[in-house]
Amino acid sequence: MSALLSLRDVWVEYGDKIVLEKVDLDVEAGSFVSIVGPSGAGKSSLLRLILGQEAPTRGAILLDGAPLLPECGPDRGVVFQRYSVFPHLSALRNVVFGLECAQAPLTARLFGSARAAALREATEMLQAVGLGDSLDLYPAQLSGGMQQRLAIAQALIKRPRILLLDEPFGALDPGIRADMHALITRLWRDYALTIVMVTHDIREAFTLGTRVLALDKRRHDPHAPHRFGATAVYDLPLRRDAPPRPADDVRKIEESQGHE
Amino acid sequence: MRWVNRQVRRSDRVLLGAVPILLLVLLYLTIAAQRHAVNPADKILPLPAGMARAVSTLLFVPDQLTGKLLFWADTWASLERLGIGLGIATLSALLLGLVLGVLPPVRATLGPLVTGIAVIPPIALLPILFIALGLGETAKIALIVIGIAPVMVRDIAAHVAALPSEQLIKAQTLGASSWQIMIRVALPQAMPRLLQAVRLALGPAWVFLISAEAIASDVGLGYRIFLVRRYLSMDVIIPYVAWIAVLAIVMDATLALLSQRLFPWAHGAGH
Repeated sequence: MSALLSLRDVWVEYGDKIVLEKVDLDVEAGSFVSIVGPSGAGKSSLLRLILGQEAPTRGAILLDGAPLLPECGPDRGVVFQRYSVFPHLSALRNVVFGLECAQAPLTARLFGSARAAALREATEMLQAVGLGDSLDLYPAQLSGGMQQRLAIAQALIKRPRILLLDEPFGALDPGIRADMHALITRLWRDYALTIVMVTHDIREAFTLGTRVLALDKRRHDPHAPHRFGATAVYDLPLRRDAPPRPADDVRKIEESQGHE
Repeated sequence: MRWVNRQVRRSDRVLLGAVPILLLVLLYLTIAAQRHAVNPADKILPLPAGMARAVSTLLFVPDQLTGKLLFWADTWASLERLGIGLGIATLSALLLGLVLGVLPPVRATLGPLVTGIAVIPPIALLPILFIALGLGETAKIALIVIGIAPVMVRDIAAHVAALPSEQLIKAQTLGASSWQIMIRVALPQAMPRLLQAVRLALGPAWVFLISAEAIASDVGLGYRIFLVRRYLSMDVIIPYVAWIAVLAIVMDATLALLSQRLFPWAHGAGH
């Protein structure tokens, strides 16, 4: 078993409030892990841990066998529900930004042939997510679904080891959401991505994931509810190597209901 | 139809907006005419002809002492002070606001100082400035800068600090350093706010300019107003005040237009 990401006995506490307790998790390369759970069960905390936005109170997180720095880096891409794109940059410039940061530490801008190459690469990435016609539009001119496509393209241009999705399709219409499911499934296959997705939508979790993780509290003390944290209470591996394209089925249902 | 739903067409808006101004002018002219009917030499409410006469002297007749056309010399001197003061304040607001907003250690170090300076009434510092910097241009410009910069710095810092944390996280996952986040994420998004802050600071900046000129100067719009006050020369004061209003409106409109041209993404989805 080749674990790309490992969590070993991870606890997260804020003061005396325990959010996550004793989380042990191995994420294999190429898997698509959906994380579900009730509000307040630490889904977002878990994602922030993997993202490096927070450090665990106890325990270790290993990426490729090396301890994870508690700081966000280009090895982990992320798409949030909102505010994932820069409003002051056009779609193309949003995607090029990642390349500019790596290649031009001082100016964060590219010139000449390096710029042309970066623009070409970014254009290809935008075409891959279906935004080939919207290169020069600003995020405010894009619909919610297009903005999420842009955010995905922006993350993928860095070829992250893990792509983290924090309720990425939560704010979208059902029809658009089905399109996005198809898109993320295709990208997951084409780019051999490892994805960890937090979602409220259990159906979405099972449609997309190769593995569904349900977070909840195992124990509950009615007098001190904050003293027990959540952990993975269910860990369901799903067979999904034969491509059934389940997103297409969802789409058919949506179409029959008159969406898009 | 409810009043909250009554939209006014563009042509009607111009008309409606002009009504109160015209009424005020009419009211002034009526009262001024009445006073002049009683006393043709009345100085308190001069008629337009009197104002034109007084201003034309300042406009076209060189001053006996300096040989300059006073109206233009005053305007130029005041605009120069205002421009330099605004420029320094804007630049420091941008630089300080950016580092204060983006870098928590800098915010912890300099935040209290900026807040402390911001709560001091700038006019109370004017004697210190005059003592320390003399009565020349430096003290007047320093008053404008001290008067408006702290508020602008705090405004920009707060705006930058309020950028969604998702954006900063996203930038880091794209490999951006603190410096790159500052110049590529925070700076461009602070620029429209900066122009907005300059527009709001124009009012106070004029106040501090006129105050400084009134107290110690030998040329400038504020100096002239306070000088001729001794002779009850309302025929000079009123046109000067109107001229200051025109200058302020032109600056404000220019900045608004500039912001829309330069940062279309910050002005709604419609652009």
